[in-house]
Amino acid sequence: MLAERPITPSTLSVKDLPWQIKWDINTCTKCGRCTSVCPVNAIELGVFRKREINAPMGLSAKPTTTFSTFYGIRQRTDPAYSCIGCAMCNMVCPNNAIRPERQYDSTTLEFQNNRGGQSRTRGGRRNNSESLLDQIKFIRISMLTDPALDAGRHEFEMRTLLGRVLSPEAELKALRENGWMPPVREIYPLVIGGMSFGALSPNMWEGIQMAVAYLNEELNMPVRVCTGEGGCPPRLLRSRFLKYVILQIASGYFGWDEIIHAIPEMKEDPCAVEIKYGQGAKPGDGGLLMWYKVNKLIAAIRGVPKGVSLPSPPTHQTQYSIEESVAKMIQSMSMAWGFRVPVYPKISASSTSMAVLNNLVRNPYAAGLAIDGEDGGTGAAYNISMNHMGHPIASSIRDCYNALCTAGAQNEIPLIAGGGIGKHGNLAANAAALIMLGASMVQIGKYVMQAGAGCLGSEKDRCNVCNIGVCPKGITSQDPRLYRRLDPEKVAERVVDFYLSFDTELRKVFAPLGRSTSLPIGMSDALGISDKDAADRLGIKYVI
Amino acid sequence: MCRLFALTSRDPVSPMRAIDALNVMKEGHDGSGVGLFLSGLGGPFEEFGECPILSGIFSDSGLKRVFDYMSDKGFNSKYSVLFTPETEPPLGTPKRGIYASIAFEVPAEMKKLSKDDLGSRLVRIRLDLRAMGEQKNDIMVFSFWPDTIMIKEVGDPLAIGEYLRLGREELYARHILAQGRQNTNYAINLYACHPFFIEGVSTMTNGENTAFVPIREYLQSRGVTGYEGYNSDSEVFTHIAHFSTKKLGLDISAYKHVITPMNDDEMAGHPDRAFLSGLKKSCRKLIIDGPNCVIGCLDDGSMFMVQDRKKLRPGVVGGNPEIGMYAFSSEICGLNAAIPERDKSKDFQPMHLDTAIVRPDCREVTKCSQKDPLRLQR
Repeated sequence: MLAERPITPSTLSVKDLPWQIKWDINTCTKCGRCTSVCPVNAIELGVFRKREINAPMGLSAKPTTTFSTFYGIRQRTDPAYSCIGCAMCNMVCPNNAIRPERQYDSTTLEFQNNRGGQSRTRGGRRNNSESLLDQIKFIRISMLTDPALDAGRHEFEMRTLLGRVLSPEAELKALRENGWMPPVREIYPLVIGGMSFGALSPNMWEGIQMAVAYLNEELNMPVRVCTGEGGCPPRLLRSRFLKYVILQIASGYFGWDEIIHAIPEMKEDPCAVEIKYGQGAKPGDGGLLMWYKVNKLIAAIRGVPKGVSLPSPPTHQTQYSIEESVAKMIQSMSMAWGFRVPVYPKISASSTSMAVLNNLVRNPYAAGLAIDGEDGGTGAAYNISMNHMGHPIASSIRDCYNALCTAGAQNEIPLIAGGGIGKHGNLAANAAALIMLGASMVQIGKYVMQAGAGCLGSEKDRCNVCNIGVCPKGITSQDPRLYRRLDPEKVAERVVDFYLSFDTELRKVFAPLGRSTSLPIGMSDALGISDKDAADRLGIKYVI
Repeated sequence: MCRLFALTSRDPVSPMRAIDALNVMKEGHDGSGVGLFLSGLGGPFEEFGECPILSGIFSDSGLKRVFDYMSDKGFNSKYSVLFTPETEPPLGTPKRGIYASIAFEVPAEMKKLSKDDLGSRLVRIRLDLRAMGEQKNDIMVFSFWPDTIMIKEVGDPLAIGEYLRLGREELYARHILAQGRQNTNYAINLYACHPFFIEGVSTMTNGENTAFVPIREYLQSRGVTGYEGYNSDSEVFTHIAHFSTKKLGLDISAYKHVITPMNDDEMAGHPDRAFLSGLKKSCRKLIIDGPNCVIGCLDDGSMFMVQDRKKLRPGVVGGNPEIGMYAFSSEICGLNAAIPERDKSKDFQPMHLDTAIVRPDCREVTKCSQKDPLRLQR
């Protein structure tokens, strides 16, 4: 920095930035790939002037000064261009000459990320690596009292039910009288949660849909995927693969004009309809697709002009009361498909989750309740919403399951848990813990991006630029120059990979517990934790 | 693992026959307890067919409290057998007091109640007495139902049989469930000892049911009087049998469709597939996770045996229609000891889809497969 350069409050040094670029002059080939790949232009070609002083030995010759120029990489320190740590520079570098390094004591940027009065927005999820789910252990191992099962040899019933299940008495009555029976789907308990066409790139969406079709049709795993709020490509709506899809309607109703008009041409009913009232990443806030990502295709599917930001309102416009919002909307959506499709709401985990649940118990058309915990991810939200708003999933699911047990409806309304499952890669362990706490199934989103497409985001504030369409892996970008980096076939392969591995791991949990005939929903006696308060709160064993 | 032996006979027989069979199977149990369910009573109780019999163990003061409570409720005792052991108890068996079976006349106003209402009143009384006993540790009640006696004690079955003189004529019965071994998976407690009983339905089980907790929670939330206790994972089998037959009105041949429903492949060609798949979904919380063998007796005197697909050594049923006696045994040696004079080629080991039923006439073993068309309404 030149001495006369003014120092403003936002003038930062490299040391002030959380991610610092380490660049090695000796191995750099000056190819320029790193600067061109950087999604946030954090690095640029640097022309450096260097003075060298030559002081010869002896008294006769005077020291001389020479100046030279060399070229290399300069990290920008303007907060708007700070490095996000994605390390794409390193990925493209032929000589491994450059990499970002995290400096945890460099926090200055956090005080400068609201210039112009604009609060920080980002994608990703809560920047906090704590995970209660990871602390839960499975402690009830059958050995002699009941011989443990062989995960690789025995048959396991891994499917769960999505839909309003009648009580035994009501079921028999309906069978006897040929009465109406709510639609119930038997599905795999790991659902790909709502990530919209728009939030995700076309290649990512295609990859996921291919994987789901493969899992269903080749591997006999009834995996379902939710569209998120952004409509559904017209060809998918009119294909037989629609039966693997859960259509989501949210407060912006994006894409629903297309969907409603496609109903007469649908070959199959969708698996279900999810009405999104809230999500864990930004509870009480609506979805947001920023203008960068609204290209011609997205605009067409959503039925909006291109190049405009698409904020969904925090609440449904039709909402007047909980009955109005939940009961009537469930009925309307059910009616659209002749009551052949399960319809359920999705809410953010909250201390008010129970009120919604109690309402659903009294609504004979409610097909379930999806609850998304504070660790849920998103494509775009305010940093404060992501980091500080919301309720953990574990106690929310447990409370709701206990409430259903009190009402005797624990088999009637499936709970779908989401938010932070597999946050540290422990997908099967987290899912099994939630199932045993009372969830009928779990939903994942961020894990699909991380495992299925190599998303670089982490809870250490790495990358997190899903919102502005510059995803360096092409997962959440609508720019063909970026998303062509992502091969849909490879995404499909990875998604199938992690589903198969999840299935094996889930069996490795259930087999020693002696559970194979039905999913161990609510088998809380199998769980233990070394935190007394958490054990008491969840009603599981305290073990040390 | 618990050893189970059940005997059903046209004529009343001594419960010691069942105890002897348990003794033959001793190799497989630790002799830690015995539980007996007796119905189709012979002896003096036969005259009091309609009168509910209270059976349990009482201290002197406990028995007095019971009589006070019962007379408050308008019940008068008609006949009682109070047995106080004269000898020292066998090793490991505590001295408890009076082993009683008391038949009560149902008060006139209660006789007007419907069968269901009367049933739940009787269950309520049993639960109240149990709760009273738990306060002062002076009353233990195992059953309160017509034509039913239950006896439970800790210790070696044969030694207990001799100590309590279980060969007494007043205990002769046509239907006997006997179980040897305390439930050691949970706390040692006589209330955790099977057979379990509710409203004429009694079952006993061996193996372990790992789906116990969700099933327990589901049963408890049914709002049925008597779906409580659950000191053992086996108690849920009794309550599921009760729920299926009494609350849902299903035939006992459908019990297995509730606890171990068929998988999709097995169900594929079934004529009642729609019904069964609906039943499977709505009763999903009652699906057990064994290995388990369940032997039970219904209020009409039918006896049955089922087991799940994980049961490595299935139980066996066999008998002799000429003498009118059949036995269900967890081990074949028990059956051999109890009814040696039978056609062994007709012994039946129910497999994972089967239910074996012997009706009270003791003429044959009815074999139902889950693949058979349903016969549901009772």
